[in-house]
Amino acid sequence: MKVTVRYFAAVREALGPGEEIEIGGGSDIAALRDALIARGGRHAEALGRERLLRSAHNRVLSPEGTPLGDGDEVGFFPPLTGG
Amino acid sequence: MSTGRVSIRTDDFDLGAEVAALRQGDGGVGAVVAFIGTVRDRNEGAAVQSLELEHYPGMTEAAIEAMIDEAMRRFEIRAARVVHRVGLLAPSAQIVLVAVTAPHRGDAFQACEFLMDYLKTQAPFWKKEAGPGGTRWVDARVADDAALARWGIAAGNAADGAGDAPDQR
Repeated sequence: MKVTVRYFAAVREALGPGEEIEIGGGSDIAALRDALIARGGRHAEALGRERLLRSAHNRVLSPEGTPLGDGDEVGFFPPLTGG
Repeated sequence: MSTGRVSIRTDDFDLGAEVAALRQGDGGVGAVVAFIGTVRDRNEGAAVQSLELEHYPGMTEAAIEAMIDEAMRRFEIRAARVVHRVGLLAPSAQIVLVAVTAPHRGDAFQACEFLMDYLKTQAPFWKKEAGPGGTRWVDARVADDAALARWGIAAGNAADGAGDAPDQR
């Protein structure tokens, strides 16, 4: 299945605004993050597990255990600092 | 000035005009509380020359709408409005406005603080500071997670191991 990945703040600076990713059915956000980390290079650097990141599923803050479906949008970004 | 409960924009806002619009035509209003957040010229001991704000378009508006719905459930308020600026801001500039109307002051004060505490850790904004030493992304504060916890909501934002972010649906 295909998902749209979007990056913000420091993650966006490292990887660009986003990309389309082909990933196996039944994957959750954690599996998507791991697949991106497995590419190595800048992806491993920006999304690595040593970094505290938050995620969104279809534009709602969501834990990494959230299952994904075809056409979903996933956002990866640092902790939020608005206000 | 745009209408509606949430406005995310680059241009400045006027407190008087915003409050007037929020109160207009509602004779049940007996209290108005407004909070404005502004850009400090120093942060964590370092001079701040400018602040750049980024957000997640679409998600930001939906997240804040959900927060206002929750505030309406929790408190006896008549209306609420949140204006948040994005883009490049200078020291002293206004960043955010949370305004609430209610029949009585208690709920107005509480709802305003609730919305601001909620927004700090659950609305997708990121701040980048520029100073003499270059630029840096502002770190999330554990104290902001604690502020939301007072309302019985786990922020899971700044603190590692605090669990994942709550689902807002």
